Amino acid sequence: MTPDRSLIRKALGPKVQFIHGDDACAYGAALAGCTFFAGYPITPATEVAETMAQILPRIGGCYIQMEDEIASMGAIIGASWTGAKAMTSTSGPGFSLMQENLGYAIMTETPCVVVNVQRSGPSTGQPTLGAYGDMMQARWGTHGDHEIIMLCPSSVQEALELTITSFNLAEKFRTPVLLFLDGELGHMRERVVIPEDDEFEIVDRVITSQSPHDYQAFQTNGSLVPPFAPFGTGYRTYVTGLTHNEQGLPRTTSPQIHQHLVQRLVAKIITNQAEIIAYEELYADDCDLAVITYGLTAGACHDAVAEARRRGIRAGMLRLITIWPFADEVVARWASRVRAILVPEMNLGQMVHPIREAVAGRCVVSFLPKIGGELHLPAEITAALETLAITAAR
Amino acid sequence: MMKKAEELRQKYLRHEMFPTIFCDGCGIGNVLNYTLWAMDELDMDLDRTVFVSGIGCSSRLPGYIHADALHTTHGRALAFATGVKAARPDLHVIVFTGDGDGSGIGGNHFLHAIRRNIDLTVILINNFTYGMTGGQAAPTTPIGGITTTTPYGNIEHPLDVCAVAQALGASYVARWPVTYPYQPIKSIQQGITKRGFALIEMLSPCPTAYGRHNNLKNLERHWQWYRDHVVLKEEYERIERFGTDTERAALRDKMPIGVFQDIERETFSDQWQALVDRVKL
Repeated sequence: MTPDRSLIRKALGPKVQFIHGDDACAYGAALAGCTFFAGYPITPATEVAETMAQILPRIGGCYIQMEDEIASMGAIIGASWTGAKAMTSTSGPGFSLMQENLGYAIMTETPCVVVNVQRSGPSTGQPTLGAYGDMMQARWGTHGDHEIIMLCPSSVQEALELTITSFNLAEKFRTPVLLFLDGELGHMRERVVIPEDDEFEIVDRVITSQSPHDYQAFQTNGSLVPPFAPFGTGYRTYVTGLTHNEQGLPRTTSPQIHQHLVQRLVAKIITNQAEIIAYEELYADDCDLAVITYGLTAGACHDAVAEARRRGIRAGMLRLITIWPFADEVVARWASRVRAILVPEMNLGQMVHPIREAVAGRCVVSFLPKIGGELHLPAEITAALETLAITAAR
Repeated sequence: MMKKAEELRQKYLRHEMFPTIFCDGCGIGNVLNYTLWAMDELDMDLDRTVFVSGIGCSSRLPGYIHADALHTTHGRALAFATGVKAARPDLHVIVFTGDGDGSGIGGNHFLHAIRRNIDLTVILINNFTYGMTGGQAAPTTPIGGITTTTPYGNIEHPLDVCAVAQALGASYVARWPVTYPYQPIKSIQQGITKRGFALIEMLSPCPTAYGRHNNLKNLERHWQWYRDHVVLKEEYERIERFGTDTERAALRDKMPIGVFQDIERETFSDQWQALVDRVKL
């Protein structure tokens, strides 16, 4: 079910709009070819579902409001196996509920996109305020050995663009992709330009060219990603979350089959991380202090770095766009060039851990946390840079 | 018409998956047999049929059928099946689930799949216990039932999944014990043909995990128990209304069986299509 491109344009409306981050995710999904959305209301992510509910019936897709987030995750996996590009959206509490089925999507190599518009936790926390407290849950939330792809936009325009990228990565690597915003970015309105079709790429999962007789659902033939056969096309695929052989049949006691399968699932992401990892660098070749940031905090960091430089501090900035797999080589490269790295986060310390691991003692790592729903002020970050400029000896 | 088991085997089964995991005297294989028989009667296209299941003994059934199938997470079969059916309303979707999977951990999905009347055929195999984990108390375990987690007898009231489905307005609701072969075959056929949510609850013996604690380890006695503890719905209702005190007293330990509901109601996909036609650009 591929929607008519002109219908998508018609459903989205004018090329330039003043929309918020949640809307931008829905717009990006429609542009990427998403035809199925299942979700459950939750602040501050509800508007993603609301906008999908408006768009999908008009472009030949299907929107369904499920009874909870567990069901939403299950439904998008079911839809994906019919060949549909599928998405759900949620916030922290709902993301917690999705963990088991997220692992199922990883294990069964089901392409899908999960948007998490984060809010403060633990538990119900601060529903209407932004936070970045689910960064580690995204990485390790589902049980068992696995890799995950996760992207974090810093603006509304980028939320739209990275939603398209999320679908492309999900389709290409046959894996769930997480797109993480926060409540502030989700509800913040900015001018957004809807890109033309020739301005972005759309990737579709590789459909098998083998006959049903020869096809083995999880055989990769040298590649790391198996070709897909949608349900209802005669390939008769058995899909299970149990450890399975290349035919897809359960083989739960063989160490070799388990190692072969799980190591391939990990390798398909790690081997391709150069292609998956995106980041933005500012003054990379002319700095001795660095800010490493991601998500909405990047805006304040950007201003703070500019102000610090005006005050004679040679600051630079690395913005992580891909959070997982982690850009450890990029961070290590920065660590070997600067005296100190400042990590402002809207949590009590999450990405600072893989950053410290990648830095591996090459330079000072200073952490600047902020929770409670307030964003970092540029002045706070500038002040922290000024302190670092004095205290961090090479 | 009599069908040869060998013909059904050749036509429908995924041979690499045999032998099955099922214990001696288990009724789940019978349910598979009845389902294949019903599908064969309907001359169903396996290429256009998707099986979905959760976790548990009964949820292993799709693996034995040579068709597209999702063996999902515990309790979530109906959620996944809803996604398949909503995305591809033209495919037949048949769900195998157990009493624990379908009415315990998956109870909420059960309610809402029926409420939205998604067109699924749900075959819920009820053996009164969590068999795969060794026989713990389930939402369906009768009061007094001995399980590994109710060693002194179950004190909780069992859930009647058919009564719940009926109350929620499911399009088709039936219950049969596996000891009656022909009625289940007919009900599964009716369930598949029905547009809307169809529930067929199959009462199925589990001698290994449930029977052994409840003096029903002997297969013959266990199967006889199912014959002795069910009453046709019509007779059940007659006794409830007009029966003598003795008849009513005898009803206390028995379950009604039969077709409880067979009605027409708009399905989710019908309603969605009507909405699409109404709002299209």
